[in-house]
Amino acid sequence: MFYRENGQFKTSYAADQQIFPVLQDKWAILGLLLVAFVLVPFMFSDYTFKAVLIPFLIMSLGAIGLNILVGYCGQISLGTGAFMAAGAYAAYNFHVRFEGMPLILSLIGGGLVSMLVGVLFGLPSLRIRGLYLAVATLAAQFFMDWLTSRAAWVSNYSSSGSVSAGKLSVFGMAIETPVQKYLFCLAILCVLGLMAKNLVRGAIGREWMAMRDMDVAASVIGIRPMYAKLSAFAVSSFIVGIAGALWGFVHLGAWEPAAFSLDRSFQLLFMIIIGGLGSIVGSIFGAAFFVLLPIFLTQVPHWLGLPLSTATATYLEHMVFGALIVFFLIVEPHGLAKLWATARQKLRLWPFPH
Amino acid sequence: MSFKKAVIAAATAALGLGAMMAAPVAQAQEQFVPLLVYRTGQFAPLGIPWGDGKQDYLKLVNAKGGINGVKIKFEECETAYDTAKGVECYERLKGRDGGASGFDTQSTGITFAVTDKAAGDKMPVITPGYGLSQSADGKVFEWNFPLLGNYWTAADSIVQDILKKEKGNLKGKKIALVYHDSPYGKEPIALLQKRAAKDGFELMLLPVTAPGVEQKSTWLQIRQNRPDYVLLWSAGVMTPTAVREAQATGYPREKMYAIWWGGSDHDVKDIGAGAKGYNTVTIHNTAERDKVHDDVKATLYDKGQGTASDVKELGQLAHTRGMMIAMLQVEAIRTAQEKYGKGKVMTSEQVRWGLENMNMTQERLNELGFGKMIRPFKTSCENHLGADWARIATWDGSKFNVTSDWYQSDKTLIDPLVKEYAEKYAKEKNVTPRSCS
Repeated sequence: MFYRENGQFKTSYAADQQIFPVLQDKWAILGLLLVAFVLVPFMFSDYTFKAVLIPFLIMSLGAIGLNILVGYCGQISLGTGAFMAAGAYAAYNFHVRFEGMPLILSLIGGGLVSMLVGVLFGLPSLRIRGLYLAVATLAAQFFMDWLTSRAAWVSNYSSSGSVSAGKLSVFGMAIETPVQKYLFCLAILCVLGLMAKNLVRGAIGREWMAMRDMDVAASVIGIRPMYAKLSAFAVSSFIVGIAGALWGFVHLGAWEPAAFSLDRSFQLLFMIIIGGLGSIVGSIFGAAFFVLLPIFLTQVPHWLGLPLSTATATYLEHMVFGALIVFFLIVEPHGLAKLWATARQKLRLWPFPH
Repeated sequence: MSFKKAVIAAATAALGLGAMMAAPVAQAQEQFVPLLVYRTGQFAPLGIPWGDGKQDYLKLVNAKGGINGVKIKFEECETAYDTAKGVECYERLKGRDGGASGFDTQSTGITFAVTDKAAGDKMPVITPGYGLSQSADGKVFEWNFPLLGNYWTAADSIVQDILKKEKGNLKGKKIALVYHDSPYGKEPIALLQKRAAKDGFELMLLPVTAPGVEQKSTWLQIRQNRPDYVLLWSAGVMTPTAVREAQATGYPREKMYAIWWGGSDHDVKDIGAGAKGYNTVTIHNTAERDKVHDDVKATLYDKGQGTASDVKELGQLAHTRGMMIAMLQVEAIRTAQEKYGKGKVMTSEQVRWGLENMNMTQERLNELGFGKMIRPFKTSCENHLGADWARIATWDGSKFNVTSDWYQSDKTLIDPLVKEYAEKYAKEKNVTPRSCS
């Protein structure tokens, strides 16, 4: 009913290969983008932008990056926080060491450095896989923790090892207000999200998926494991690095190494598991689940006027959040993206299910 | 299947209900004071009494009729010592109920992140005893108030106490700094290096990875090198671990000096006699009990309105410090009211003026019940520190006793350091220092 596709004929390969082949989807997405870019900036308070939407957008980007590596290429990584840190600190160094360095170039520089770090720590993936690799990428996390807190040049010799980004601007436009920051993050998410989507649809994405599904078979049919795995590490850590740079520059403004701790790695990994492995939209769902839900849950006792102590409310939030994770994994082990796909499938047949 | 549907329906209903309840509550003529706390997480043992102390004092002020009749409304927000969560709390509370009066962020990391936003939001950041050391310079840091002392003044006071013990000569001595490997733990290094150069002692830097339970290798180094004194820049679980390690390695506890956050009763209570002789620097004189404690007990705890579940918490170092911090905030609001109208709710900008023009005389402190704890101090446009007196307290096996005279940090060392780092910050951030004349 909502997805009636009859009458939509594809007469060329190009038409058949679109990201959203169904017309309704395409309009829905365009509508969503329109709302996000045009309406949302007028709809919410500064708090919502700064504390809810901006972290949500940045985490979505991070989750997309990680999903390429874990969801599409099957290389489990626990080093996401490290790659974010690499991006953030590298961008910071580009920013402070080169007078007048444009923000975009700093961010891309951060992404590229993170990419190098990612490839370096991806090298073990050529020999080991699965949980063993996860432990190997953990080394990246410990290494970055050590580097960012011990090597003084990383933080430009700040007295305490904590760094802060200066004023931000892009093409002469200042990025100061929450709305500007939101739009900036949204734009980056759209560009990189589109790039990621196209990569995973293309030949390289299929190589990654072949690697994930069975690496021996993939190499037999002529896919080079080294190229496929390392490119997945490179693309993934590039995106994650940019997310890290945004987290430091745009969201926190000033940060210490603890901002990219192991917890961050776990959080992102859980995001993509809840959201849906091997799905771009799933990364966004997962980020929403992990960023928005806890904030919502902390507010609930306040709204209901329950006189709970802060600690009790926090523990309650953890319990409810944990229960919801278990619930969603039982209802749909393949993540929120699969739930969404099922819903979409039902909408196609509605009101005549069979 | 139907169960699944029911749950989904219920969840949707709950979400909708929540959204409806979000409507703002009617505004009242109350001064809003946000409280950032960590009652959960690895630093909770310190965060709980600290948060309770802040609340107790604000309740006391309300019970006595508020600030010239203006009642204080406060709300806690849990940060779990996490910077991102703290930023969320800051954003959530800064505009609530007519605007917050200022933030005591209770964490170095959150202070860094909030400092960046404070100037834009016109929001004072009050960090008594912690935060950015260089923010004592009011010309560059218009919105930061590290009242009563920072990590540099603490380190300096400790070194002075050691100097006194060593009869004024530290040549050839070794002093180790065992620190939490985070910006918090690194804050004193800049000053200690200057002190080492001046007094001729050797400074050993021994970082401990957060959260600080793994200290075996650190104490092995201490056993090998036998430093004459150990300074401990620790927090949370790191402190009792360090004391136990010292006990195990046989390092004399008398030669250990902790920063004020490493000197809370709960840190050493369980070790008891094993920690005898352990020293901590107290910001002003927080190991002391004063009239305010009796006041809080009579007004709140005897009526069952105290925040802490156990009245014994009253008088603990961290609790007292919380009360002191709340008192400074309340007095800043009171000072602001004197200029902008008594009995009115102050905006954050007016509170900032109050913070910058505080004049706490001995009479006023006596009146408040803090006379034995704090020495009189004044803040000004240039000086956001107010005063930087500190004392040393020593654990006698069951409680902390003040064992030293007052120390004031060495201006000739600290002032140039504050200036140097403030200038560096101003340059990085393109802040033009304001004129204070």
